[in-house]
Amino acid sequence: MPTLHSSGELPLNTEHDMVLGRQMVRRLAQEQGFSLVDQTKIVTAASELARNALIYGGGGMLKWEVLLDGLKRGVRLTFQDQGPGIANIELALTDGWTSGHGLGLGLSGARRLVNDFELDSVVGQGTRVTITRWK
Amino acid sequence: MDRIPILRMGEFLLVTIQVDMHDQLALRLQDDLTQAIDKKGAKGVLIDISGLEMVDSFIGRMIADISGMARILDARTVLVGMQPAVAITLVELGLSLPGVATALNVERGMQLLRNTLDKADADSALER
Repeated sequence: MPTLHSSGELPLNTEHDMVLGRQMVRRLAQEQGFSLVDQTKIVTAASELARNALIYGGGGMLKWEVLLDGLKRGVRLTFQDQGPGIANIELALTDGWTSGHGLGLGLSGARRLVNDFELDSVVGQGTRVTITRWK
Repeated sequence: MDRIPILRMGEFLLVTIQVDMHDQLALRLQDDLTQAIDKKGAKGVLIDISGLEMVDSFIGRMIADISGMARILDARTVLVGMQPAVAITLVELGLSLPGVATALNVERGMQLLRNTLDKADADSALER
């Protein structure tokens, strides 16, 4: 079982928060010794999910955790919003499907960029997406 | 208000993106650039993203849209300097930027623009 090394939270209420969030995820990944490609992948996934929380969820929180599993180090990010939720999760995870004006690559693309991906959503209550990338 | 500068180099425009852009900044660049093409009658646009450490689907779409808009305004766009880690991530994300011309660096991008424009000139000369 992975153990928690450190954690923290960041608000996601403005576009500026998104930029700060990306920078923080980059720093976390660098500190864990992620390769440049792995850094870029988790930062890009974080950017997609932060935008979703902001635009579709009306804002929310980003919780970050650094995990240790033996010699492995990982970064886990949880994006939580209190927005309308996702009625059809399977559809939302389809490439090219969007409820807004995007490309429909946010969720499905973010899932491809990380090792673990979990999506919980309750209509009317909000959405929580958790991603983990291991070194 | 933040703005990304657009430089004029002869008949081309050069945009160098060096900051981590928030979405509004990316949209403003789209506006500014299409206006600059129109006002300056530019035939080509070079977008240098060598300073960008991340391109997500929003920025990727902005780049593809600029390329399409420029094309309609009779200008060619070449995207230059994408970092390898960014290219790998972008394709895995699901965005391979079809229809966007790319080159490794500004110099080669400039050459590509010149060749494209020379060919277009030659073609129109033949038609006459």
